Amino acid sequence: MALRDKAAITGIGETAYQRGATRPATALQLEASLLAIADAGLAPGDIDGIMPIGTTGASAEELATNLGITDLRYTAVTPMGGAGGIASIQTAAAAIQAGLCRHVLIAAGRNTSIAAKVGARIHAMPQFHLVTEFELPLGAIAPAQLYAPMARRHMELFGTTSAQLAEIAVAIRGHAMLNDNAIMKKPMTVADHQASRMIADPFRLLDCSLESDGGAAFIVSAADRARDMRAPRVLVSGIAEGHPDSPSAITQRPDMTRLGIAKAAPRAFAMAGVTPADIQVAEVYDCFTWVVLCQLEDMGFCAKGEGGAFVQGGRIALGGALPVNTHGGLLSQAHMIGMNHVVELVRQLRHQAGRAQVAGVEVGLATGYGDLGDGALMIARRG
Amino acid sequence: MSDIMKPAPHPSPLTQPYWDGAAQGVLRVQQCAACGKLRHYPRYLCDACHSFDVTWKDCSGRGTVHSWMVAHHAFHPGFKEDLPYTLVVVEMEEGVRALGRFTGEAPRIGLPVVIHFTAGSDGFALPAFAPAAGSPEA
Ligand SMILES: [Zn+2]
Repeated sequence: MALRDKAAITGIGETAYQRGATRPATALQLEASLLAIADAGLAPGDIDGIMPIGTTGASAEELATNLGITDLRYTAVTPMGGAGGIASIQTAAAAIQAGLCRHVLIAAGRNTSIAAKVGARIHAMPQFHLVTEFELPLGAIAPAQLYAPMARRHMELFGTTSAQLAEIAVAIRGHAMLNDNAIMKKPMTVADHQASRMIADPFRLLDCSLESDGGAAFIVSAADRARDMRAPRVLVSGIAEGHPDSPSAITQRPDMTRLGIAKAAPRAFAMAGVTPADIQVAEVYDCFTWVVLCQLEDMGFCAKGEGGAFVQGGRIALGGALPVNTHGGLLSQAHMIGMNHVVELVRQLRHQAGRAQVAGVEVGLATGYGDLGDGALMIARRG
Repeated sequence: MSDIMKPAPHPSPLTQPYWDGAAQGVLRVQQCAACGKLRHYPRYLCDACHSFDVTWKDCSGRGTVHSWMVAHHAFHPGFKEDLPYTLVVVEMEEGVRALGRFTGEAPRIGLPVVIHFTAGSDGFALPAFAPAAGSPEA
């Protein structure tokens, strides 16, 4: 419970999201960083901790040099792919609580148009070395192919259907259409999803997230300092990371239908002193539709195997009981490694989410999922 | 045959015995020399007793389908001519799992399969699975 309400997200920033950006990842990361610092009402020199996110963009030292930070006191990286942003908040909150630093900048930049595509990129990462040696030569190359057996097993064991996965894509697309900074604006129906071409069965094209470019950043500060800042406070009430069994190989995982977040969720909810029933908005990492469904089960919004029924009937769309990915997510806003999920949660809790605002929201969560099933979860509240 | 090479494995001293087994048509996995626990993929320590000491065990090659994936899009040009292709995750009867190309028609969970090996890039033998003789596929 040591970190409950001790840290706050005090600043958020994101660039325009697009495909085919001409500026490199580091420039996009710096632009988002400046926006987040200004949003917090800080100056670059106030930042004394930096945690870069992802395998693109700059190191903490390079960011500090660009920002003119002369007294950098804390740097760390959490190499957990799409779980890295929220795992970094956990680490930043702990560092702040320990008095190591006051304001931590967490920032990512991506330019997939210049850099290697995700399929090529992951096999260069040390955490994928077993997959690279034993699975890549067989034709299990991209995340869609590596994750598909998890979804297939879930479908076979529990009767989950592709049409249920479609409900996730459709709800999130509907949210993207309310967001001026979302890449995908075309309406989507379940039929559109079902007609989209198969990529790695059971994943169709519209089960897969976007490849896109941009930058996103946020600032973590001590909660008591956040009181003086410009925007309503967004407190980090519960935060945890979790790693699945056999974290380096899905093939060898005893239960393929259970992600790392299943271990993190009880800790995060206990820290925050809330239950899933208290969550009013959920920004859930959505590299693939099924990953949303599995996380909802793993966090306890429904029982294992019931996720397919849970996402039906508009429950996860705005106006439903649990609006999910009110910004459009990785599926339809942009693939910003889940950083955009944190930015959106902060906007919701500040009541600055525009047309996608969930009325009267006081408590929400954001999740991250990365690599071969690592998970992270933040429960935040308006304070 | 495509003239674009598929990616080849890069064995290390830790994993070389596996690839030597594959070249002989055998699924060879690590066995803890102290407590006997089997493990795959290869690693340094036994997670049960933390011994570094290891021997290698040849599996029977028999197992059942645990899950699968059907690739309809090639994320590497070397696989384009193979589309669509199916990879099965197989629970071997010794308890470890293996991934391999499925050479049958329709996989299902629990389908009994038998391993065989096919030629991959750079002379490496890669695991593949066919339905076991006498087992109805669907
Ligand atoms: Zn042992």
